Amino acid sequence: MPTRSDVEQVLLPLGTAALAIVAWSLAVRLTHTTVFPSPLKVAAGLRELAARGVLWRYTGDSLRRVATGYSLALVLGVPAGLALGWIPALASAFNPVIQMARPISPLAWMPLAILWFGVSEAAPDLLIFLGAFFPIVVASMNGVRSVPAMYLQAGRNFGLSTPRLLARVVFPAALPQILVGLRIALGIAWLVVVAAEMIAVDSGLGYLIIDSRNAGKRYDLVVAGMLLIGAIGLVLDALARRLERLRSVRWGFQGETA
Amino acid sequence: MTPPPKVGIRGLSMRFPTDGSVIEVLSSIDLEVKDGELVCILGPSGCGKSTLLNIVGGFLKATGGAVLIDGQEVAGPDPRRIFVFQERGVFVFSWLTVEGNVGFGLFRLGAAERAERIAYYVKLVGLSGFENAYPQELSGGMKQRLEVARALAVNPDVLFLDEPFGALDSITRLVMRSELLRIRRAEKKTILFVTHDIDESVQLADRVVVMSTRPATIRRIVEIDMSHPRDLSSPRYIALRDLLLGEIGLAHQI
Repeated sequence: MPTRSDVEQVLLPLGTAALAIVAWSLAVRLTHTTVFPSPLKVAAGLRELAARGVLWRYTGDSLRRVATGYSLALVLGVPAGLALGWIPALASAFNPVIQMARPISPLAWMPLAILWFGVSEAAPDLLIFLGAFFPIVVASMNGVRSVPAMYLQAGRNFGLSTPRLLARVVFPAALPQILVGLRIALGIAWLVVVAAEMIAVDSGLGYLIIDSRNAGKRYDLVVAGMLLIGAIGLVLDALARRLERLRSVRWGFQGETA
Repeated sequence: MTPPPKVGIRGLSMRFPTDGSVIEVLSSIDLEVKDGELVCILGPSGCGKSTLLNIVGGFLKATGGAVLIDGQEVAGPDPRRIFVFQERGVFVFSWLTVEGNVGFGLFRLGAAERAERIAYYVKLVGLSGFENAYPQELSGGMKQRLEVARALAVNPDVLFLDEPFGALDSITRLVMRSELLRIRRAEKKTILFVTHDIDESVQLADRVVVMSTRPATIRRIVEIDMSHPRDLSSPRYIALRDLLLGEIGLAHQI
């Protein structure tokens, strides 16, 4: 007997996905389109990509670029955010610059990235870095700022030096908010890599989509690429959410649905 | 010669500047607390008793007068004197287990001694079996006991308790009071306990310091000449409670 939560968490989404595929299939048939591919054609396209060996290679390339740009954003962004949150003068100095740079789409940096790095790996890496860096900085900064003053007072009362206070009170207290920022940034990084690969390089899932269209209007491969991107994005988000279930940060996500 | 008081408060005053004017919160407070004494500071809400405790704890700097502990002027917070905060959210560390919280202040000790102290204080406050639980898995009363254990673990000589049981339900509050008295028998500490609850002060204190409304001065110091356990329906208890009610300026009837 499936429980209510089994039904809601597994059967309902699977059912919706199945319905969407049926609707898609019917729509293609009823409209007699010759341009837009049916689900079966897309599945055949995926098999073709796998057979040509590009499926894994392109996926690997995209993930590698995200890993590079995102790791850099993580390593620089978290300490920068902690410092900005801890030292008000630093925040006053840098916050206007950050708030101005933040709404600039990473894609707007493309001409400059190509100017600096040419058509190379470094260009998409830079864009991914820029896309992920600001949300991480802002989340870390806000996380530190919202640490209750009582926690700091208690830490000081037990004789903690400032570095110890930062490591043992401020960072763990801000961690739930930092993790939310990291998850949002990962989503952005995955959005940006696809767009960057359409312009700056000749591999990856973004390149697959633009190349399939340009070289022979292979919309079956375009849609196959889109579905792959969606599926991988889902997995990345699920992995990031797993971090939020760690027991030492679980308190920061009370009352939130999974 | 009598030994110097554990805590000596001399001519303490506190003014807060607020836009344009200056609010006087405390005015020439003089108080001496003996080593091992439990003193309740009783006053109406907002009278400045928490401000007084924060100054004695070293978290606020007074605008006049001085606080001496063991004859030395208080310059800031100190692990020898631990502040237990007002409930309402409870300020145990959410990211640490019960053990992690109790051991929080023990970072200067070796692993073996730390483990021993943690085990001792977890047991003392009755949290055995919950060593690996996180605060959000505990009830309000358990969290409050955890905060007391965290404070006691560093072996302070003075504890400052700022309305520690204020947000607990009335049954838990009664249990917590007798727990505090039990723990105090095991660990003789000097305790300054801020409360606005008259019964609480008569049940716990050796002496009750009654504060006036703002600017707070000491109206009167009442000695609670009853031994523990105290009978809450004894004539003496009722007489002391009525005396304090009168000092606070409340009628005896509702």
